[in-house]
Amino acid sequence: MKDKIITILEMTGFTWFIPLVKLITGESPKQQIQDLAKMVGIPLIAILLFLGLWHIGAAKVVTSLGQVPGPSQVLEQAKILVDEHYQEREKEVKFHERQEKRNQAKLAKDPDAKVKVRPYTGKETYFDQILTSLWTVFVGFIIASLIAIPIGVISGLSNTLYSALNPLIQIFKPISPLAWLPIVTMVVSAVYVSSDPMFSKSFVTSAITVTLCSLWPTLINTAVGVSSIDKDLINVGRVLRLSYATTVFKIVIPSSIPMIFTGLRISLGIGWMVLIAAEMLAQNPGLGKFVWDEFQNGSSASLGRIMVAVLTIGILGFMLDRIMLSIQKFFSYDKTAVIR
Amino acid sequence: MQKYLNIDHVSIEFPTPNGPFKAIDNINLTIDKGEFVSIIGHSGCGKSTVMNIVGGLYQATTGGVVLEGKEVNEPGPDRAIVFQNHSLFPWLTAYENVELAVKSVFKGKKSAKEMKQWIDHNIELVHMTHAKDKLPSEISGGMKQRIGIARALAMEPKVLLMDEPFGALDALTRAHLQDSLMEIQADLKNTVIMITHDVDEAVLLSDKIVMMTNGPSATIGEVLTIDLDRPRKRLELSDDVHYNHLRSEVIHFLHERHARKVA
Repeated sequence: MKDKIITILEMTGFTWFIPLVKLITGESPKQQIQDLAKMVGIPLIAILLFLGLWHIGAAKVVTSLGQVPGPSQVLEQAKILVDEHYQEREKEVKFHERQEKRNQAKLAKDPDAKVKVRPYTGKETYFDQILTSLWTVFVGFIIASLIAIPIGVISGLSNTLYSALNPLIQIFKPISPLAWLPIVTMVVSAVYVSSDPMFSKSFVTSAITVTLCSLWPTLINTAVGVSSIDKDLINVGRVLRLSYATTVFKIVIPSSIPMIFTGLRISLGIGWMVLIAAEMLAQNPGLGKFVWDEFQNGSSASLGRIMVAVLTIGILGFMLDRIMLSIQKFFSYDKTAVIR
Repeated sequence: MQKYLNIDHVSIEFPTPNGPFKAIDNINLTIDKGEFVSIIGHSGCGKSTVMNIVGGLYQATTGGVVLEGKEVNEPGPDRAIVFQNHSLFPWLTAYENVELAVKSVFKGKKSAKEMKQWIDHNIELVHMTHAKDKLPSEISGGMKQRIGIARALAMEPKVLLMDEPFGALDALTRAHLQDSLMEIQADLKNTVIMITHDVDEAVLLSDKIVMMTNGPSATIGEVLTIDLDRPRKRLELSDDVHYNHLRSEVIHFLHERHARKVA
């Protein structure tokens, strides 16, 4: 039971819970407290130090929007954002109740009356914006992976294809999302025309921009992983006279899985970074738009709210990376390898 | 007379920027069914190249290899190879590694149940049943090589090719594996070509030792027949006059007549 919990914690990256679990089960308490102090204590001190420096530093800078907010003001703004979320949700519930009542009354009077059910169109809350951002980056990232992994595998297997693609990859890789965005916007407006669009244009634009920027690390890592496969393993496949497809699926892809996941992790990190910029410009209703709107708004609370967003972006990015790390560990065949 | 395996006037050249490089030149060798042949020589003399030509991984520039009257020029499971660094698939367990080979070789020839028995039988043969569900990273180097041998044997090869199979192992493990190999060989009577640079290993295991000259243009220097009775016992042989005589023949060839020039 205990060992199982520890393995799960190790896999999911919550390694600092392990001494706690051991402590509860009474395994050499002294050692566990030392471990705990090392794993939790030291980072905690570093964070407190950072907050202290922030507090002192922020008080010294005064902008046109007032003083730069310190940790306490930012916390306050965070609370306000959460409150706003609940207020908005309450409004929504009430709206639906009112609509329901109205329709019931109408039906009671005349059973054949046509009732209209309208969706609620209040402004999206901070949490809605977070979800939009996560969904956008997820879609962009999935599209990027679906393109990058197969191309990476094929170009890793064929030197000719690799030398054909390499210059293109090298040229497109360093392009900033800000440069892609106008092109993507124009192309999407021209191509993505439908009277009843499933996704809004701003969403499509942002997601495609994420795709274009997060494609490359996965592609390059997959190609390198595939081309650096142990030649003897390929020879084993040749001795067994495996077909091309079997060789790819049974030998090439499994052996490059660790490299593919390294690429995917970098890609997701880049995608998340790019997304904020893309949302700012494309006005996709996510965290990027939130930051932009607050900047344009320019109230005394704006800087605090932007800082809440900045921290949210950082924490979510960290969590996404942790999730990828856990998946990477799960798929790695060498369980002893240290993956950071 | 048609022998079981004929290596017939084989030469190979590799293209280099300074013109073709002749690695091995005019190798002639015939091997009987059930014979255990070692190829010995200094490193870089092209022993592995010879084996790779028999295995079909390389194409001879001139000459060819004839197995049971048929020319071979591509790799196949009838010439299973045991690689020096085991070459197990690290993401598959020991059992699954053997299974991959068995499933691709006996597809449509054995039922699922027969295949399972055959895999278990081969793992048993190398004494690895206790660790068959472990990943290669979880077992020792000697155990990995045992599984590598089991995988090759499971292909039911006409010729078993071994490329310095015990070269990467420590002396004690190597001795263990040599004993295991002799045991298996006494049972199965496979035709084996083994590349080695270990004189004791060659004399102990082989019916015939092929000694190669140094490259470039390496060729067969001498063939020594080892007429020691089987089963051979390591301990008894260490005091055996004939064994030591054969051993010194090989050493003389390697270190006197064809000593490696120090670069």
